[in-house]
Amino acid sequence: MPFYVSPEQSMKDKADYARKGIARGRSAVVLQYDGGILFVADNISRTLHKISELYDRIAFAAVGRYNEFENLRQMGVRLADVRGYAYDRSDVSGRVLANIYAQTLGTAFSESNKPWEVEIVVAEVGEDAAADQIYRITFDGSVVDEQGFLAMGGSAEQVTTALKERFNKDAGLGEALSAAVHALRHENGEERDIEAAGLEVAVLERARREHRKFRRIQGERLSALLADRSGGAADTDTTAGGTASAGTEDEG
Amino acid sequence: MSEAFDGGAHLPAAFMNPGTSSFSEFLGMVAPDLLPGNRQLPQGVSSTHLTPEATTIVALTFPGGVVLAGDRRATSGNVIANRDMDKLYRTDEFSAIAIAGAAGIGIELAKLFQVELEHYEKMEGRSLSLEGKANRLATMIRGNLPMALQGFVVVPLLVGYDEARREGRIFSYDPVGGRYEEHNYHSIGSGSVYARGALKKLFADDLSEEDAATVAIQALYDAADDDSATGGPDLHRRIFPLVDVITADGHRRLPAEDVARLATQVVEDRADRPDGPRAPVR
Repeated sequence: MPFYVSPEQSMKDKADYARKGIARGRSAVVLQYDGGILFVADNISRTLHKISELYDRIAFAAVGRYNEFENLRQMGVRLADVRGYAYDRSDVSGRVLANIYAQTLGTAFSESNKPWEVEIVVAEVGEDAAADQIYRITFDGSVVDEQGFLAMGGSAEQVTTALKERFNKDAGLGEALSAAVHALRHENGEERDIEAAGLEVAVLERARREHRKFRRIQGERLSALLADRSGGAADTDTTAGGTASAGTEDEG
Repeated sequence: MSEAFDGGAHLPAAFMNPGTSSFSEFLGMVAPDLLPGNRQLPQGVSSTHLTPEATTIVALTFPGGVVLAGDRRATSGNVIANRDMDKLYRTDEFSAIAIAGAAGIGIELAKLFQVELEHYEKMEGRSLSLEGKANRLATMIRGNLPMALQGFVVVPLLVGYDEARREGRIFSYDPVGGRYEEHNYHSIGSGSVYARGALKKLFADDLSEEDAATVAIQALYDAADDDSATGGPDLHRRIFPLVDVITADGHRRLPAEDVARLATQVVEDRADRPDGPRAPVR
């Protein structure tokens, strides 16, 4: 039987639905540090990533429904690779990817019954900190150009507040990671412990010599950085650099 | 160019479909005109003069890795088209390819293969095995067959460090995509017959990395000595062969000054002994 729902009500219902879906998952934070951009997600899976490389200087982080943001991630990789191949590697920008995500999510939000339950970030590391770009794209397709840091997912507000306390864009990697973990521990307003195994960490490293700036930090290197933090020392990033490609280092 | 990837409002559905992790297959769906080998050429006219030819490439393994080296000359008939061409491409951390044959198509193929490996790695979260890379390249060469039949033959040489086996490996190809694993050493291109003779005599299975690089340069020298389409070390212009090394630590190109030192030594030694180092008779 047909019935009438006002557009306002329909949009509001969809937004509530999407927000609820996103709030069920754990959070992720993205922040600048003195060597680039750091991504930290509360994620116990070793293989289902919330953070990934999109292109040379561009990375993707997402919270919400895995199958939905994985779909968006693959779309981004395809778009970036086709564009880079057709023109030049330097012609692939974070802005283009953020726009296409915004259009995709916006269309889905207004035209279909079920909005996508995702929130994503597209971040591009620039030549210097001022040239870094961090875009947050929400389920309804709106884009925000963020400065410095952001949190998304579960209880983004609490996490953001906690992150704000410790954020310093000139911090070293260890200190920045410490701030991120501190923030993620405030999920749901309670303090909880997060082990290295429950964290997914990656960086876009400005000074990396390779054309691909994305690198995962895991295994021993992550434990060392975290242990460092509890010991109170600052950044001791001795294993940085090298030529290992993203996604293969420290694996296993 | 198609709107497909300009970031226009609507991407074709293919971008969102689950499915292939292969970049070249995907490109075939959304922008087939960008694939090498997909072009229509006029029939019945010789078009082989359209792109220069790239020549001699040598590769040899040493304990713990593999060395790939190429001369710098590109020719168009009997004219030198380019003196400082780069025929070696780092395709990912543990592999590199070099091309001989039609330069225009070869460079495109190398670039496509590079994106292919990177794309797979990003889509799947892990890189292809060396065996997988070798097979993937064979498929891509098969895609170039129509062009090869019209004279645009491209023959690559793939080298890589096999992380599972912990050794360097060499794969050669024929124009129809046949894939052959070569042991110890191999050479492709117009000067390859001369280079291969040199490699055969100088190869030993206990070479150091630097010795392996020197053997490669000696072999290129011999190729340039007898093949007019291969360029030798150009001491005046300071143009030396390019040498890539792949080991467990990944791919690296030998710094120009190191190659210059080795090549200058080879040239000086040839002043005393123009035919090169002697191998014992028995």
